[in-house]
Amino acid sequence: MQSPSASPSPTSPSTARPVASLNGSSAPRSDAPARLIDRIGQTPLLRLDGIGADLPEPVTLCAKAEYLNPGGSVKDRPARRMILDGLRSGAFGREQTLIDATSGNTGIAYAMIGAALDLDVTLALPENASEERKQTLRAYGADLILTDPTGGTDEAQRKVKALVDANPDRYFYPDQYNNDANWQAHYDGTGPEIWEQTGGEVTHFVTGLGTTGTFTGVVRRLKEQDASLTAVALQPDTPLHGLEGLKHLDTAIVPGIYDADLVDEHRSCTTEAALEMTRHLSRTEGLLVGPSAGANVAAALQVARSLDAGTVVTILCDTGTRYLSEDWWEA
Amino acid sequence: MPDTQTQTVTLRIPTPLRSYTEEQPAVEVAGTTVAEALEALVDRYPDLRENLYTDDGDLRQFVNIYVDDEDIRYQDGPQTALDEGDEVSIVPSIAGG
Repeated sequence: MQSPSASPSPTSPSTARPVASLNGSSAPRSDAPARLIDRIGQTPLLRLDGIGADLPEPVTLCAKAEYLNPGGSVKDRPARRMILDGLRSGAFGREQTLIDATSGNTGIAYAMIGAALDLDVTLALPENASEERKQTLRAYGADLILTDPTGGTDEAQRKVKALVDANPDRYFYPDQYNNDANWQAHYDGTGPEIWEQTGGEVTHFVTGLGTTGTFTGVVRRLKEQDASLTAVALQPDTPLHGLEGLKHLDTAIVPGIYDADLVDEHRSCTTEAALEMTRHLSRTEGLLVGPSAGANVAAALQVARSLDAGTVVTILCDTGTRYLSEDWWEA
Repeated sequence: MPDTQTQTVTLRIPTPLRSYTEEQPAVEVAGTTVAEALEALVDRYPDLRENLYTDDGDLRQFVNIYVDDEDIRYQDGPQTALDEGDEVSIVPSIAGG
């Protein structure tokens, strides 16, 4: 527990220090002053009662509100874990620059945490990443390397590898696609939170595959708790798609952390259906989230409709404010 | 090479679609508009069609097409005119993390 330096002396009455001594408990209050990076995770699990209005009563549809993380996405979790693991192990020296390839959300998380911890951050991303994302990264003070749009994220990854190979001492390269700390952040955080928030009632977990960190970490944890959990992995329906953040694995570099054995069922989602659900979420549930969250909820709803009883959990990956300049909100 | 009388343009194929184009990163087609050039492309590689068009034959909303460096959304859409030697790029959304 870090007390603010301006706090009164330890002999002050507890009413003057509501932060540290409420209930006389030694455990910090969950709303006590904290460092930014300590406020990552512990997100709400929301019931989607409007979207799931036609479901039979024994079926519950829930979504983990990862877009409420301080950086606006689920990526705060793996970014924090990869950075702190790197600093702890010495792989990330104070004189080094963090470098990685990212479509945006992981980069925003790196840039935010880097700013908070006074670390240098350089990110490679395709030139056609949304303007809001690029501006957000710059606002946090990150340096950007923009790569050929036709090469997608794979091209950004190749660029980063080339830079790191040419000058390995200069960089800390977390490599989110192949770093176990990515899925471990979900194994130790998102997974147990879902288990606890559903009172162990979760029967189905549905999420899209990007780096595959969320899927791998959450499913590994939940299956340890209950081997009968059904894990549903979601991908875009075609190689060319509009679901920023998701991968069509047959035509992309498969992440090293991906564990195909964890998948019980594969589903696909068209970009059109995902965008329709994204609009629906903002208008009927008040959840302003991005297209990958729309895809997740669309798939989770299909799964829920196929059940007579059960609790289906999915992920609201990122905030919709990152996509406001897109032309599909009006359709 | 196209055997028509019309002008030739270069279509740049993004990595995820190269499995449909015999791994070619660029394909030369004939066409005076973006729509004609893309139609020539899917005529040659029919399996590409569902990536680019809806069942109704419209360009899918998320398909980004650039002529040289200009997004056709801010020009005349699929009817954007092409000049001999123009470079038309199909640009994927950004995948994965």
